[in-house]
Amino acid sequence: MKRRDFVGLTGLATGALFLPSLPGFGHTAVDPARLLEPGADVIVKKRLADAALNAAKTAGASYADVRIGRSLNQYVFAREKQVQNIVSTESYGVGIRVLVAGCWGFASTSVVTEASLAATARAAVEIAKANRLLMKEPVQLAAQQGYGEVSWKTPLQQSAFEVPIKQKVDLLLAANAAALDAGANYINSALFQVNEQKYFASTDGSYIDQDIHRLWPTFNATAVDTKSGKFRSREALSAPVGLGFEYLTPNAAEQVRGPQGTDTVGYKLRYDMLADAALAGKQARAKLTMKSVTPGKYDLVLDPGHLGLTIHESVGHPTELDRVLGYEANYAGTSFATLEWKAKNLPYGSKEVNIVADKLQPGSVGNVGYDDEGVKTREWDIIKEGKLVNYQKIRDQAHIVGQKESDGCAYAQSWEDVQFQRMPNISLRPGKAKMSVDDMVKGVDKGIYIAGAGSFSIDQQRFNFQFGGQLFFAIEKGKITEPLEDVAYQSNTQEFWGACAGSCDQSDYRLFGTFFDGKGQPAQVSSVSHGSATTRFNGVNVINTARKV
Amino acid sequence: MPILSKDDAQTILKKVLSFSTADECEVSLNGQIGGNVRSARNTISTAGAVDNVSLAVESRFGKRSGLATCNEFDDATLRRCVQRAEEIAKLAPESPEYMPLLGPQQYLDGSKSFAASTAAIDPDYRARQMGASTALCDQKKVSSAGFLVDSAGFVAKRNSKGLEAYQQFTNVEFSVTVRTPDGTGSGYAAADYTDASKFDAARLTRVAAEKASSSMKARAIEPGKYTVILEPNALVSNVDTSLMVALMGALDARNADEGRSFLSKKGGGNRKGEKMFDERVTIYSDPLNAEIPDLTFSGDGRPQKRVTWIEKGVVKNLYSSRYWAQKAGIPDLPRPGGWIMEGGTQSTADLIKGTAKGILVTRLWYIRPVDPQTLLYTGLTRDGTFYIENGQIKFPVKNFRFNESPIIMLNNLEAIGKPVRLGGNLIPPLKIRDFTFTSLSDAV
Repeated sequence: MKRRDFVGLTGLATGALFLPSLPGFGHTAVDPARLLEPGADVIVKKRLADAALNAAKTAGASYADVRIGRSLNQYVFAREKQVQNIVSTESYGVGIRVLVAGCWGFASTSVVTEASLAATARAAVEIAKANRLLMKEPVQLAAQQGYGEVSWKTPLQQSAFEVPIKQKVDLLLAANAAALDAGANYINSALFQVNEQKYFASTDGSYIDQDIHRLWPTFNATAVDTKSGKFRSREALSAPVGLGFEYLTPNAAEQVRGPQGTDTVGYKLRYDMLADAALAGKQARAKLTMKSVTPGKYDLVLDPGHLGLTIHESVGHPTELDRVLGYEANYAGTSFATLEWKAKNLPYGSKEVNIVADKLQPGSVGNVGYDDEGVKTREWDIIKEGKLVNYQKIRDQAHIVGQKESDGCAYAQSWEDVQFQRMPNISLRPGKAKMSVDDMVKGVDKGIYIAGAGSFSIDQQRFNFQFGGQLFFAIEKGKITEPLEDVAYQSNTQEFWGACAGSCDQSDYRLFGTFFDGKGQPAQVSSVSHGSATTRFNGVNVINTARKV
Repeated sequence: MPILSKDDAQTILKKVLSFSTADECEVSLNGQIGGNVRSARNTISTAGAVDNVSLAVESRFGKRSGLATCNEFDDATLRRCVQRAEEIAKLAPESPEYMPLLGPQQYLDGSKSFAASTAAIDPDYRARQMGASTALCDQKKVSSAGFLVDSAGFVAKRNSKGLEAYQQFTNVEFSVTVRTPDGTGSGYAAADYTDASKFDAARLTRVAAEKASSSMKARAIEPGKYTVILEPNALVSNVDTSLMVALMGALDARNADEGRSFLSKKGGGNRKGEKMFDERVTIYSDPLNAEIPDLTFSGDGRPQKRVTWIEKGVVKNLYSSRYWAQKAGIPDLPRPGGWIMEGGTQSTADLIKGTAKGILVTRLWYIRPVDPQTLLYTGLTRDGTFYIENGQIKFPVKNFRFNESPIIMLNNLEAIGKPVRLGGNLIPPLKIRDFTFTSLSDAV
C-alpha cells in the first residue's frame, strides 16, 4: 500500500515521517485468532539457523547471519460511528546475509525448511561473489562476541492481540463519539498493533530469540464551519509505544498538564484516548475562530509531543553515519554534520543541548534487547553540552570513526529485507535543575507555546527546516494569553539548537514517536521514539501560513 | 513464478470461486517479477529481486466482508484461503457503506501497458545500466548515488456476479544524484518508462552530472516572490509528495462535499463547475495514452476511461468511492492512475530563453502539507537551482524553502512547456510568476 493510500484510508495525515509504503498490508491476511498462535519453537529455529550458517560457511562465507522472522500486524480503522476496516496479517520467512571476501550478499525465502535455508544461504554467497566484481571498498566488520542462546521480550503487561477485537472497536467508536459530542464533525481513528517475533543466529555464536511488541492508537478530528467554508483538525496527542494494551488504561500519574491557560494534556506511558478525543473535538472547533499569528521572532516553548519531531529531523537523521558518508544521497540526502565538520569541533547547539541515543528506554518503540546483526543494545551520547561527539553506527561502519564495536542499531523492516543502519531512539536529556512548564512560561516575555506534531519539512542536508504543530498559545509577559493559529516556525539546525535556553526537569519528560520512519531504496520503515522535556528556544522566526485562494 | 496468461489466471480464479459458499465473492490475482539495484559512491551498494504472485479472496455475507490472501495455488491452499475469508467475514461488523459487487463490465481495449523489453530485464541488464552510470561518474570525477527498479506484472479479477478483468503491465524507474567532490554542486535526473528500450542510464546520469557541475559554488540571493521555471521533477516525484500529485490527490468528491477540502463551497456543496485555475490548465486521464499506458480498470473493478478533471481552468469532475457516488448522485468515477496535463511545444530551454528574470528549479524536495484549507505546501529546491536573466542562466543560486499552493501556482501561470513522462504521468515544465520563497537553505 502506498503512503497516499494509507492516508486516504485513514484520514490521518501524520505518523509517516518519510514513508513510501506501509508494510504489513502486503502480508498474508489472516484470521485474528492466528495472531495468538505461537511461532516455531526455539529448538526448531536453532536447527534451521544452523543449516543456513553451515551451508554459508561451506560455500565460502567468512561470516553469516540468519534472521527467522514472523511479523504479526493488526490494524483497526474507524470513522465517525462506524468501523472502516480490520486487517490482521502475518508474514513468515528467513533472511540470510553473508560476507564473502569483503563483500555482502543477501537472499531471503518464505519456505522455512532446512533444505530451503541451505539453498538460500548458497544463493546469498553467489550474490556476494557477483557483487565482488564491482566492489571498491571491502567490508570491515567490527568484532562481536557470540552471546550463546539468549532471549528478550518487550516488557508489557498485556499483548494487544489478546484483547478481543470488539473491545478495540468499542474503544475507537467511543473515542469517535467523544470527539463528535465535543464539537468535531468528522473523526478518523486507528489502532496499530505490531508483534515482531525475531530469531537471529550468526557464525559469531549468537542465537537470539526476541518477542517485540508495539502499539499506536491515534485519531484525527475535524471541525467544519459550513457558513464560512473553514475547516480545522486536531490530531491525537498519543505516541507509538513499545508497550502492550496497558498503554490504553488511563492513569493520572502518567499525565502531564500543559501550562496554565492552555487546557492541554500530555501523556507518558499511559494514554487516555477518550479524554484526548473529547478535548480534540473541542479544540478543533475552537480553532475555527482563533486569532491568526503575527509573524516575527518569538521565544518558543515546545512540548515533548511536538519537539520529538524536530529532534528526529534535525538531530536524528543528520547523525546517521551512512547518510553522512553519502549512502542516502539519492533519496533523503546527505548531512551537514560530516566527519570534517565534526573534526572542527563547531557547536551543534548551546551548552544546554545533551542528546543521547539508545534502544533501551522502556516504553519506547526502539526498545529491543539486540539489534538485527546480533549486537546487544546500549546507550551512547550524540551531543554533549552542544558539541557533536558521536554518530549512529553498525558493525561495518564502526572502524570509520575508530570505534571497535557497533552501537547496535541495525534493523530490517522484515525478514525479506536486508538490515542496515537505522535510527535508534534519539532523545534530549531533561534539565537537571527543578523546573516545571509553568516556571518556564513565567520567564518568557514574548513567546508561543506549541503542543503536538504538525507539518514538517527539512532540506537534504538538514540545515533549513519548517515545523507546524497541533496547538499554539501566545505567551505575553510570563503568561499564556490566547490560542493562535496559522503558526509555523522556520530555522536552521545549528541556529535553532544554539538558541536552546534549557529544558524542564525529568518530571516533564515524555516520548514522541513514529511507526513509519522511511529510509533506503527500496525504502524500508522503522519505528523510533524521541524523548524530551518541554524546552525553550529563544528568538525563533515564526511565519503566518494563512493564504487566500 | 512467471507472469500468468489471461487464460491461466482466469482458470485459477474460476476454481477459487467454485469453492465459495458466500453470498458474494471476488477474487484477484496480482503477480510481479522484477528487481532493483542501488549504488552509492560510484559503486553498487545493494541489489534485490522480487518474484511473487498472490491471491486475494473477498467473501461477503450480507453486509459483512472478509479478506484473505495466499501465495500458493494447490487446491488445498486455495480452499483454505476461501474458508479463511469466509470465517473472517462472519466475524466482521456490518458495513454501513456496503455496496454490492459489480457485475460484468466493459473495459477499454488497447492499452499498451506491457513491454516485453522491460519484462526481459535481468540482473546483468541492471548491472550494465548501473555500471554505465557509475563509470561515467568515475570518468568525470564526480560521485553518484542511483537507484534502478523494474517490474513486470499482471492483475486478474473475477467475481461471483460475472465481473472479469485481466491486464499485464511493466515499469522501469531510474533516478541518480550526482555530487561534485568539493560538495558544492549537486544534480539530479529521474525517469520512468513502460518500455525499457527507451531507457539509457548513462544519458540521464550525464544530465545529472551537468547539473552538478553547473550548480557549484551557488550564490545566495534574497528569498521572496520570483518568476520560476519548474522542471517536471519539481512538479512530480517518484519518491516524495509533490505539488501536482497533491493537487490531483485532492479531487475527492466526498472530502469536498463534507466541507474539508479546498473544493468545498461556503454554505455547503462543492466547487465542481467553477473556474479555479488559469484557463490554460487542462488535466485529464486516459489509460490508452501511448506515453503512459495504464490499467483499464480500478482496484474495485470499475472501468478506467478517459476523464477530463480540469478543463480550461474549470473543475470538471471529481472522483469518489462507489458508495459516495451513489449517495451523492454523482458520476461514478474511480481515482485515475496516471494523468496528463496538456502543454505546448516549448522545451525547458525555450522557457528559459523567454524569461527576463527568474529562477530555474530542477527539483523540489521534502514537500509536506501546511494547510489543507488552501492546499498550502512547504518544501525546498534541490539539486540545481539557477538564476535566469535576459533569457540565459547566469549563475547557480543557493536553495530556497517555499511555501506555496498549487491552486495559487496554477493561477499565476506564465507559460507551459512540452509534457514529459514522470511518475506515470505526463507533466510539462511550467513558468510561474510570484512563486513564494520564504527562506534560504545552505544545503547542497
